[in-house]
Formats: sequence, C-alpha cells, structure tokens
Amino acid sequence: MSRRLILTGNDAAAEAMRQIDPDVVAAFPITPQTELMHKFAEHVADGEVKAELVLVESEHSAMSATVGAAAAGARSMTATSANGLALMWEIVYIAASYRLPIVMPVVNRALSGPINIHCDHSDTMGCRDTGWIQLYSENAQEVYDNILQAIRIAESPEVLLPVMVTFDGFIISHTAEVLEALEDDIVTKWVGEYDPKYTLLDTDNPMTFGPLDLQDYYFEHKRQQMEAMREAPAAVKKIGKLYGEISGRQYELIERYQLDDAEFVVVALGSTCGTAKVVIDELRAQGKKVGLLKIRCFRPFPETEIAEAIKNAKAIAVLDRSVSFGAPGGPVHKEIKAALFGTGSTAGLVNYVYGLGGRDISMDHIKQTFADLETIADSGTPTDSLRFLGLRE
Amino acid sequence: MAELMEIRWHARGGQGAKTASLLLAEAAAMDGKYSQGFPDYGPERMGAPMRGFTRISEEPIRVHCAIYTPAIVVVLDDTLLTAVDVAAGTPDDGIIVINTLKSAADVRGEMDLKGRRIYTVDATGIAIDEIGRPIPNAPMLGALLKVSGLLSLDTVIAQIKKKFSHGFRPEVVEGNVRAIHRAHEEVRGE
Repeated sequence: MSRRLILTGNDAAAEAMRQIDPDVVAAFPITPQTELMHKFAEHVADGEVKAELVLVESEHSAMSATVGAAAAGARSMTATSANGLALMWEIVYIAASYRLPIVMPVVNRALSGPINIHCDHSDTMGCRDTGWIQLYSENAQEVYDNILQAIRIAESPEVLLPVMVTFDGFIISHTAEVLEALEDDIVTKWVGEYDPKYTLLDTDNPMTFGPLDLQDYYFEHKRQQMEAMREAPAAVKKIGKLYGEISGRQYELIERYQLDDAEFVVVALGSTCGTAKVVIDELRAQGKKVGLLKIRCFRPFPETEIAEAIKNAKAIAVLDRSVSFGAPGGPVHKEIKAALFGTGSTAGLVNYVYGLGGRDISMDHIKQTFADLETIADSGTPTDSLRFLGLRE
Repeated sequence: MAELMEIRWHARGGQGAKTASLLLAEAAAMDGKYSQGFPDYGPERMGAPMRGFTRISEEPIRVHCAIYTPAIVVVLDDTLLTAVDVAAGTPDDGIIVINTLKSAADVRGEMDLKGRRIYTVDATGIAIDEIGRPIPNAPMLGALLKVSGLLSLDTVIAQIKKKFSHGFRPEVVEGNVRAIHRAHEEVRGE
C-alpha cells in the first residue's frame, strides 16, 4: 500500500526523514533548504520522531555534530544548500574520510556572489571530489525515494560512505506535486535497525577516528576510500532494485529515456530531465530520433554504463548547470567526454551551460538544443563547443 | 479537461497568490488528479509584483519550467494590468479573471486586448466583508472555479478547511468559505 500525497520537494524530504527517524539530526537554516528542517522540527516537536534534533550555530557545526554523532554510532543526518555546504566543506571531506554513512539532502542553490538564492548545481558540483556519493533527483518523488535508498547505500558494509541527495532549489524544493509515499511500517523495515560495525562507544572494540596519519598510512587510507567508491555502483544498483520491489519504482545509476535508437542525445541531471522528457515525446511524435541520458548517480560516475548508453549517438549535448572556471567545459561535460574516449564514438559533442542562478530552462530551449544537434551531426563537433542556453547577452 | 491545464497567477506580495496557487494544486491532487503549484520567488517584498503557477493534469506532470502559455490567468490586483503584461502567452480563447471594481468591458478597453474571455469580480471588497482583511486569494479561487470549471467548489473548500484549520481561527476559515461562495456567484463576464 502506498499513500498518495502532494508535497513540496522539501516536505517530501522531511517526510522521508520522519519515516527514517534518524538518531541524530543537526540543523541550521539556509534558503532554500530551511523549510525542510522546519518541517522535520515540527515532527520532532509533535513527538512523531525520537530523533535528537541539534540546533547548531553554523553549517560547519552542523556537519561537525553529524560527524561526531555518526562516529559514536548514531544514524545521523543533516541538510543544507549552497553557501551552507561551502561553509561545511572542510568537515564534508572528513565525513567521507572517516567512512561515516551520513545522509544529507542538499537543496541545490547558486553560490555567492553576487548573492542568489535560486537553483544551480555549483554547490554540489564543487563537492564532487569530497568522497561523497551523489544522487541527483528529478522531482519530489525521487527526492523521497532517493533519501530512503541513500540510508541503505551509505550503510552497506562494503561501502560505508556518506551520501548527498540533491534536488533543485525552488524548482523542486518549493513546488508542490503529487508523489507516492510508502507506509511507515514498510519504511521502518526497509531502513532497519542501525547496527554500526565501528563506533567510538564500542568499548569492547576500542577504536579511533581521525588520528594523525602522516607519510606512513594516509596514502593507504585514501586508496581504501577509492575502493569503497568502486564498490558503490553495485550497491546503488542492488538497493535500487530492492527498492523497486517494495515501491514499484526501480532505480539505476542512470536513466535511459528513449535512448536505444537515439541519434541525438541530451545529457542532464535534476529537474531539467523532466522538461526534456516532454520535449522528447513531442519530437519523437514528429519522427525524430532523440533521447535523454539522465545521470542519477554522479558520484561515483558510472563511466562504463554511460559510454555504452550513448556511444552510438550522432551528436550529444551535455547540459551543465554549473561552471568549472578555466576548464574547457562544465563538470558533467568533462566526465562525458572522458567516458567516450576510447569507445570509438564519433559523436559531435557540445556543452551547454544553462540555468545559472535559477534562470529558467524552457521546453523551447531544449528544442533548440536538439535542433542544434542535427546541425552538429551534419558538420561535426563545432569549434564553439562550449555554449550557453538562455543567456541574455 | 485539456491534457495539461496551466494557470498563471499575478499578484502583489502579501495578497496570497502563493497560497492560492498551491492550494488549487492540492485540491486537484485530492480530486485524484496530478498537479503542481509553485510561486516565482523574487525579492519577496510586500506589494511587489509576483507570480504563482498551477498545473493540473489527468497524467503525471514531468515538465518543470515556468508557465509561458497559460490557458487561464488570474489577476489579484488591477493595478498590475498596466504594470505587467498579464495576458502574455494566453491563447485567443484563454480566460483572464481579474479582481477589480471595473466591468470586464472596461478592463478590455483599458488593456486594449482582443480575444480572450475576460471576467471581473470585486474580490477585495468581498474579502473585507467576509474575512475582515483585504486578502483576495480565496474569493479569486471561487471566481476562477466558476468561469473555468476546473474543479468542484466542494473540493477546493474542503482543501481550504484542511489547510487553514491549522493556523487560523474557525471564523476566519468560515469567512474564507463565504468569500469563495460569494465570488463564485458575483463574478461577471462581458
């Protein structure tokens, strides 16, 4: 049985957290995440959860409290956005290095400056090398589903890494839409009793977290962290399949939308994928062979699956909602280009930076992108392979 | 109903357009439909022009951009008629419902608009009478339902009672319900 609800993305995240009922949650407000923790704090105040809610004085402290709680063996969560994530960055890196299975919803928002509260991916893309698993969500349903799966992924014994579940600020966080939520008892059973293998409070097996680790073993610890990341894709897929069994909604690392015979492919993350699917249906009805590669799991990056999915395309447009200043393209574009290296792909590849600071991406923008791809397929990769969508100059 | 019904709300900050755009979406969802409700967040100043959006469909809604070609536009403040192009993107048979003391014909003349179906109602006056505050969102929902037939009045009133019962006194909730009924009766076309 499932419950049909209409919730904003923030409320969907808070609903998942209510059902998970973590041991410890640290909270500090930042737009557009604030309402997520407002809602969760209501659940705490109403006695609907047993979680210890720690109201901290900054995001740096939020992540520090979460790390401390997780190291002590508590199932721990926090949530943030943009500059909040930037402020906690030091501890974000430490959380992964300690192999703490923290789950953190991140409501994507542009980084200052100038100050902007709206969506782009510069916050989480800036964290792509911190050692966290990153799951991007298309809509409120996926926010809810990804958070429930993230707990199991993070706590998988072969993984033990923190997970960021991201969703687009305002576009998803503040839009009310319909989703199916699971019954409480199903979720309780799904996440299970947390039984951490390594904790500070296990006095029979004393251990230390974060000691001085110099030239002697630091390198080995980093290598082991890389190995955990290599184990993650199999865990993400396994848990995505198991989740399908209880919800009817199965998840993979990537979603292939009309991709089997697609000649012209758009690659995107987050809410833009929904808009792209509608455009693809329209263009398919006109007989055009167009498709979407949606990247759900950006870290670890499912290179082989992605290359396999798009290697036969004639032209590919990678949509980046963030900038990698000084690099030849956006973060997603660089990964796609690297993934295609050695596959024999002759696809024309073009990168579109779009939607910075919440600039809307319309169906017309995506139609224009597919029209551009037809031109590119005829003439080869253009010299202006870094372009803009929706730029007003 | 068309495959996807798109409604755009024009208001000034503080008039309740965010609440109305979400409330209509919530009522549609309660009615078994798929829906989205979202405001266009700007600087969030009281009195500044703002927009809200509602989508309603029998099918799951995947699109996540702003609404550019709404079949219906709801205007909560008639001073916006000369400040904002409220009719932008509406089809020739589109509906525009306006909170104003003026008649639909007068508004048409002022806007210099051809086509479209224009309706007017004194939602602010109704709100002052029934709720005691000039917040025109609830009566505008009543007017919108009358001219569009999007959802039943009962569905929306049930949702208002559910949503407002947490934060408002019973008499405020009842005032809102009376305001919806009155605007539903009093809205006029050309």
